[in-house]
Amino acid sequence: MTITAYIYLATLLFAIGALVVLLRRNTIIVFMGVELMLNACNLALITFSRMHGNLDGQVYALFVMVVAAAEVVVGLAIIMSIYRARRSASVDDANLLKL
Amino acid sequence: MSGGEALLFWVLGPTCVLGALGLLFARKAVHAAMAMALVMVGLGIFYIAQYAEFVGIIQIFVYSGAVMMLFLFVIMTVGTESSISPIETISGQRVWGWILSLLLGGLAVYGLGKVAFPEPVGLGAAQAEGSVTALAREIFSRQVFSFEVLGSLLVIAVMGAMVLAHRERLVPRATQRELAADRVRRNTFVAGKPAPGIYARHNASDVPALLPDGTPAEVSVPRTLVARGQTVPVPYRGVDPAGTPPDAEAADTAPTGTGAGEQA
Repeated sequence: MTITAYIYLATLLFAIGALVVLLRRNTIIVFMGVELMLNACNLALITFSRMHGNLDGQVYALFVMVVAAAEVVVGLAIIMSIYRARRSASVDDANLLKL
Repeated sequence: MSGGEALLFWVLGPTCVLGALGLLFARKAVHAAMAMALVMVGLGIFYIAQYAEFVGIIQIFVYSGAVMMLFLFVIMTVGTESSISPIETISGQRVWGWILSLLLGGLAVYGLGKVAFPEPVGLGAAQAEGSVTALAREIFSRQVFSFEVLGSLLVIAVMGAMVLAHRERLVPRATQRELAADRVRRNTFVAGKPAPGIYARHNASDVPALLPDGTPAEVSVPRTLVARGQTVPVPYRGVDPAGTPPDAEAADTAPTGTGAGEQA
């Protein structure tokens, strides 16, 4: 058993995250699916870093975490403001721009 | 991968997948968030097992600590009762979602099967002086510009969140005097709403007050408890000092936790 098993696990988690984004209707859970995809990518980056004996993967994983944290802050603020205007957390109700 | 690490992988890997599936199938957003926290802690342990100790600890601190806390906070504010209608707005969305995701996963696994991965080098030489020191050398020498850009990104994100979360008050807040005058003008609850538990046997806040004719006053129970369905079921026993059982009319008007509509 080699460390490529981690990469297969990351692929599986990424696919599940994509499934969550496509299927769930609650905005917060959809957002958590995006986080799951980012985390799966981080696992692959860490594994590649170990595979190649190079720290670039770890550095990128850290940077992805920072970007994800910024994304969470802004995204949750948007969810909150939509909820205040619409009283709903469903992705289907956010149709303000629809003609 | 040593024997211990393989054991860790086969214990923690399925746990992570189960947590991810919990995110997919959980009915309540809080349960989904807890499943997500489990996945994040598991991934952090994986990082530590792969000699990326600093990243692993940051993962557990930042993700399962700060980010999931933020998610739970928003779930608390938005409310767990916000029900999502099960009607599909896009026809066949569920079927196509499954098909596309399975295709994505299958394609990725197929592609990975075709790749000839090199023999793992290991991080022993790369972080000979310790994981944190090696990472710091990398970040503050080669990646220092990216690091500074990320710093400004964080500042901008904080400002954006503040702007989005700020609410401009359009009309001045009604004072107590104005509220009282309004109650008198509309002639509703002139003396204020009845407090829960009045004339009932208990004075807990989940027990509706009893009107003089013995019927429970639903308006006296805090609407949060009504929305959660945490009110005490009526009829009460011993309402009537004579010992007659409460009439059926009182049972019909019992609050049954269907007050979610008036939540808005």
